[in-house]
Amino acid sequence: MAVKISMTVNGKPVSAEVEARTLLVTFIRENLRLTGTHVGCDTAQCGACTVHMNGKAVKACSMLAMQAEGAQILTIEGVAKADGTLHPMQAAFKEHHGLQCGFCTPGMVMSALELAKNKPGASEQEVRESLDGNLCRCTGYHNIVKAIMAGSKTMAASK
Amino acid sequence: MATSLIGARVERKEDYRFLTGAGQYTDDVALPRQTYAVFVRSPHAHAKIRSIKKDAALKAPGVLAVYTGEDLAAAKVGGLPCGWLITGTDGQPMKEPPHPPLAQGKVRYVGDHVAVVIAESLSAARDAADLVQVDYEPLPAVVDASKATQKGAPALHDIAPDNKCYTWALGDKAAVDAAFAKAAHVTKLEFINNRLIPNAIEPRAANATYSRADDSYTLYVASQNPHVERLLLTAFVLGLPEHKVRVVAPDVGGGFGSKIYLYAEDVAVTWASRQLGRPVKWTAERSESFVSDAHGRDHHTVAQMAMDKDGKFLAMRVHTTANLGAYLSTFASCIPTILYATLLAGQYTTPAIYCEVTAVFTNTAPVDAYRGAGRPEATYVVERLVETAARDMKLDPAEIRRRNFIRTFPYQTPVALMYDTGNYDATLDAAMKMADVAGFPKRKEEAAKRGKLRGLGYTCYIEACGIAPSNIAGALGARAGLFEAGEVRMHPTGSVTVFTGSHSHGQGHETTFAQVVADRLGLPIESVDIVHGDTSKILFGMGTYGSRSIAVGGTAIVKALDKIVAKGKKIAAHLMEAAETDIEFDRGVFKVAGTDKQKTIGEVAFAAYVPHNYPLDKLEPGLNENAFYDPTNFTFPAGSYVCEVEIDPDTGVTKVVKFTAVDDFGKIINPMIVEGQVHGGLTQGIGQALTENCRYDPETGQLLSGSFTDYCIPRADDVPSYDLDTRETPCTHNPLGVKGCGEAGAIGAPAAVMNAITDALGVRDLPMPATAETVWKVIRANRKAA
Repeated sequence: MAVKISMTVNGKPVSAEVEARTLLVTFIRENLRLTGTHVGCDTAQCGACTVHMNGKAVKACSMLAMQAEGAQILTIEGVAKADGTLHPMQAAFKEHHGLQCGFCTPGMVMSALELAKNKPGASEQEVRESLDGNLCRCTGYHNIVKAIMAGSKTMAASK
Repeated sequence: MATSLIGARVERKEDYRFLTGAGQYTDDVALPRQTYAVFVRSPHAHAKIRSIKKDAALKAPGVLAVYTGEDLAAAKVGGLPCGWLITGTDGQPMKEPPHPPLAQGKVRYVGDHVAVVIAESLSAARDAADLVQVDYEPLPAVVDASKATQKGAPALHDIAPDNKCYTWALGDKAAVDAAFAKAAHVTKLEFINNRLIPNAIEPRAANATYSRADDSYTLYVASQNPHVERLLLTAFVLGLPEHKVRVVAPDVGGGFGSKIYLYAEDVAVTWASRQLGRPVKWTAERSESFVSDAHGRDHHTVAQMAMDKDGKFLAMRVHTTANLGAYLSTFASCIPTILYATLLAGQYTTPAIYCEVTAVFTNTAPVDAYRGAGRPEATYVVERLVETAARDMKLDPAEIRRRNFIRTFPYQTPVALMYDTGNYDATLDAAMKMADVAGFPKRKEEAAKRGKLRGLGYTCYIEACGIAPSNIAGALGARAGLFEAGEVRMHPTGSVTVFTGSHSHGQGHETTFAQVVADRLGLPIESVDIVHGDTSKILFGMGTYGSRSIAVGGTAIVKALDKIVAKGKKIAAHLMEAAETDIEFDRGVFKVAGTDKQKTIGEVAFAAYVPHNYPLDKLEPGLNENAFYDPTNFTFPAGSYVCEVEIDPDTGVTKVVKFTAVDDFGKIINPMIVEGQVHGGLTQGIGQALTENCRYDPETGQLLSGSFTDYCIPRADDVPSYDLDTRETPCTHNPLGVKGCGEAGAIGAPAAVMNAITDALGVRDLPMPATAETVWKVIRANRKAA
């Protein structure tokens, strides 16, 4: 069964006809060809597919595209400034070497942005706990935690 | 003069694309007329295939083809080869059973490949895969290596009725027996080195396309070594000429060993792309990664250390049974032998060592190299044994190590290796200071007041990296060379493209290698780009594993740079009308000695490509040089780790409260990247010690730890922030003085954690991983006994 869906992705309205069972992440990756959002586990555990829906971090591998009907979606491709300048959180990941292979990185950044918004002064322990839904196999988290704390600080200061 | 880029914390060149979603991983590659493959996998650990019915699947909407082992056999597609021949103690070559890409007649583990369904869409292929009807006759299965060799155990392969692939040994058995006979004390331990599932966050993927226009193939694949992949695929499996196959390993999302190998899926999609005349893509679901990526470790070992009355090591005796899984994966055979027994000297002067290894087939996924590959297993044996020996002898565990440290170099071990350099006191002293070992009794007392058990444990590890001198590897059974290739291409206007046969899948080569080149040529790092991962661009390569990239791949680039400089001197001499012997080169500037005349590398490159004023009668134009480098020895990174744990006796939960690592990686190019490698390695090592455990049901052979809920890779709140430092004894046999750093953490951490836990609990041993359940049971048993 095909259904028509419409939503706004990174500020641009998009619509398409897709199979009803199409996952949000499949729609983003295959239909829109925004391949920065990754699939690491298919089961909502690794968090590589994290995007923002109406301002909240969600796992795009575990919801249907239909469920995002009418929603505002932000993916990693929409985080930097239009001129390509990195967002302060992205810049913090670079400065603190918070990424290695880069595969979990988009999901990490999307989760980090939500944490920074909800809990700007989070402690190291709070940052670690908030990353429970994002797995990284390369960095051992040490530098991701540092990056998120630094990025949050920069974001709070620029408010 | 610019400041040196060697040793500088340069931010990574590759980060921008990864941070903005612009990375290009294999699954991101979408080709025109793309088709999608789904594999039908065995639900049984061991079964005969009576029949396979494709009809229903073939009739399903969007299905283009269904292929089975019979189709591949009819097309004369070969089996997956093993790259290392081990010769047993009986003088016979190891047993090499056929490893068909799609099963022929029999399946041998849960997840074994039975058929591939190819369709217009992924969902159509998935739906149709359910319609392939396979009639199985289940057979008894065996998953435990020790049980597989017992009489009456089900045999996996006709050529190995006792399931033994080989029994192999290293060392002087008579000398070891003699030393044990006169020992004042013998410490003995028996343990399992738990089986691990690598779980790079990017699942394996392959996308192959065939061009009828020039009869050529392109395979995009998540691989750590595209040239090796191509060599194995063409020469051994598909019988294709190499120049007709291009292998591209684009951005690869972590490897840890699991993406070294040629896998069945890579073969199947490549072959199918020609049958269909269309590109065929396969991307693993995580559940497929769990059942079909090559696993790691899985040793059962009995180890003994003989000592004199002062705790001086006299001899070591080790017997290991290694589980190889159902088939020989690409480098499976050398992991529990060449990369294991040779490391059993550790950092110590133990004069006699004997190790015997029996490698066994079982109804489990193939086992091969996983971060550290043999060396973590060796380190675990040595360092658990040494710590336990100290406790047996009532010696301080640091003291017993100091009494046995190797202090003169080069040092020939009794297990074949020649350590070129090291300073083990320096790393241990630094680690103990940094970890505040002196303050530990007070912290233990304070924890006890809170009802917590605190323990401290060490590891002093060594590893052999930078594999390897090809002739030595060849004599030991390697079926390939282990050099590396590099090419430095100066462009006319002074920028540089460097091609390397190494591959980066997180290690940051695009930055580290660029630092080496930019430093030597005196160029801004922005002027240097590193290209890797494409057989059509890079002349050759053996790829990245065994912490070899900087030591072997980096050295190949340095050799090519030497040639650039040598040719540049000739050009500069001509331009400045001086004798070539008078030209000096330093960081990008050619000078006539003793004068103020000079030409930059950019000016020389321009002259080479616009050769108007140029010695054309003596010198070719252009400035592009390549080099192959074959190392003369392994490199020997070493270090000392101190782990402090706190255990809640009510729950059994172990928390690593402090972890200190002091490593000697020789010269360091980019400390920021090196620290990141150590953080990641330590976390995988702590994962092995505390949470990660691959388990198969002993009766049915079903994988019990087949998802991230059952197989626990560490999450951010399972591990601490780390305290790191380094000491430096430069490697003596490569020009950069580098040793490699990728695996150290995973090699050293497990023993340090387990030594700390046994210290906290006051027990001799407990099985790894020390999960909360395991620890809680030990505490309960202790209470009952008391």
